[in-house]
Amino acid sequence: MSDMASAETAAQHAAGELGEEIIRPESPLGMTGETPQQRDGAVTIYEKSKPGRRAFFTPASEVPEVPLSDLIPGQFLRSNPAKLPEVSEPELVRHYTRISKRNFDLDSGFYPLGSCTMKHNPRLHERVAALPGNSRLHPLQADDHAQGALELMWNLQEALGEIAGLPHVSLQPSAGSHGELAGVLLTKAYHEDRGDKRTKVLTPDTAHGTNPATVTMCGYEVVKVGTNPDGGVDLDDLRAKADDQVACLMLTNPNTLGVFDGNIEEIASIVHGVGATLYYDGANLNAVMGISRPGDMGFDIVHFNLHKSFTQPHGGGGPGAGPIAVSERIEPYITRPQVIREEAEAGDQPRFVLDYDRPKSIGRLRGFQGNYGVFVRSYAYIRSLGAEGLRQASELAVLNANYLLARLKEEGVAEYLPVAFDRLCMHEFVLSGAPMKKELGIRTLDLAKRLLDHGYHPPTVYFPLLVEEALLIEPTETETKETLDLFADAVADILREAANDPTIAQSAPYSTPVRRLDEAAAAKTPVVRQPL
Amino acid sequence: MSEASYPKDLLYHQEHDWVRLDPAGEWATFGITWYAQDPLGEVVFYDAPEVGSLLTKDESYAEIESVKAVSDVFAPMSGEVIEVNSAIADDPGVINDDPYGDGWLVKVRLSSVEEKEQLMDSAAYQALLGQ
Repeated sequence: MSDMASAETAAQHAAGELGEEIIRPESPLGMTGETPQQRDGAVTIYEKSKPGRRAFFTPASEVPEVPLSDLIPGQFLRSNPAKLPEVSEPELVRHYTRISKRNFDLDSGFYPLGSCTMKHNPRLHERVAALPGNSRLHPLQADDHAQGALELMWNLQEALGEIAGLPHVSLQPSAGSHGELAGVLLTKAYHEDRGDKRTKVLTPDTAHGTNPATVTMCGYEVVKVGTNPDGGVDLDDLRAKADDQVACLMLTNPNTLGVFDGNIEEIASIVHGVGATLYYDGANLNAVMGISRPGDMGFDIVHFNLHKSFTQPHGGGGPGAGPIAVSERIEPYITRPQVIREEAEAGDQPRFVLDYDRPKSIGRLRGFQGNYGVFVRSYAYIRSLGAEGLRQASELAVLNANYLLARLKEEGVAEYLPVAFDRLCMHEFVLSGAPMKKELGIRTLDLAKRLLDHGYHPPTVYFPLLVEEALLIEPTETETKETLDLFADAVADILREAANDPTIAQSAPYSTPVRRLDEAAAAKTPVVRQPL
Repeated sequence: MSEASYPKDLLYHQEHDWVRLDPAGEWATFGITWYAQDPLGEVVFYDAPEVGSLLTKDESYAEIESVKAVSDVFAPMSGEVIEVNSAIADDPGVINDDPYGDGWLVKVRLSSVEEKEQLMDSAAYQALLGQ
């Protein structure tokens, strides 16, 4: 078992005695403890299928059986049975357990994926979400039978409105990008209701890629605004491009460079001066919760990522929640229905109901009100931390990022990975691997792949696009100083190793279930169907 | 991947495009420079313009998709597309391997040949890159 043990403690080894132990290209066991044979023999659940095998046999029915065709019209019945895998229960369990062990997750190790806020998901929230009143609730239950759930949603709306500094909240959007879509649709509804047809939306060149995508989807033209030498919005460029055809400026503050734009009041005044709305991409809210409020900065619309800032587990595509908070002037257009509180007669409890009477609303953005389990976890987070705790979370996120940045500015790293915009960072920061590529012959991608061998999920790479060979690092508030130190040591070790032999990083990783993937082939000839 | 180079017989645009003028100056071949393809990584798709479409100097006329990003390609001069490099569809990586040769993107009948005065020679372009 010694090989396995050394794989599991790769991160600790990385601190001091790095080298061959971690390279182990010929190692019989990878990080998952699988032999090469097991790795090569990885098959899908369909390939394990044998006709007649079952994980469970239903007992004979106690009520008379009725042919399906008596219950469902013939045209809705399939002529051939569905092709489902037929396996025994142990096979089923082993298959998914094996796959889950190949995953890298926040519960396995440090995950500094910039702009994704991969913070710890407290177990208390799981306990609350699993309470039968939450987990067994049916979305079609009448309002009167779901008062607790509606009250929780109303309370969450109120809390998010307070955090944003904007009074009206919709919980419907189910992702950050969905919140953006809601925000730009609201902007459009707001302008069109005033008979004002506008054609363009401004986004900084540091924007998340979803911003221009949302703008295009809503039928607006994307106009990029440049970045000044401090990493903020170029005000002259903004003034030149802000005209009466601009519907909105979409901004992230702090932005994807980890820089808080101190000119935000000036930016808001330029944007409002031409009658446009100001949209806050809340992906980076983790830096400012309880410290500054987008509403106070002049924003009209904000989206939150409950699965980032508010600890809903995420990664792998969901489930998420991207609620929005809006100002008074945008409120008439907000999604329908809204959870509202009806005050009661003296002595009675207030009631919580779904309000459909919203004639100017942009309508529904999804079935029901969103991923309720996400709301429960995020509400548990807000209530267990309280106002002071949320503020402290943001302060620690910023402190951790600045500490890790200071460690990565030490000799042996800073020469190869200089910080892109050198000022006090917020909750994340960007390094440029350009000198590393030139001096050591390894790219940011190689460094990222080699970090896998050290037991870390790599940071975000090649984003933001305006930084050459970018490495975007967000440690979050839930990591210890020891973890940050080990990570900084691992980066330094990889650079030292590359100075001796760049081919090690160029061919990494070695310890993962699969080695370096051919991304170009995957993009050119994607295989996205499972043959049955 | 090819080595960094900036041939002397080409003209260069600040958005990292090159122009090869035909001797009579009526038409030209466009492509992207070594510097442009290098940070993209391997190119996987070239979204070419239609033959006959009109290009305006400094405006985007095509997209190149790599494993990292989708990038706009800007027209270094104005004119009408008379031919697109259809061979790229089968092997988009040729833009990385031979950016000034088989990786050319379009041939264009120029509408204002005097626009060449605003382009850079190899030395000026390399100075822009700080190399």
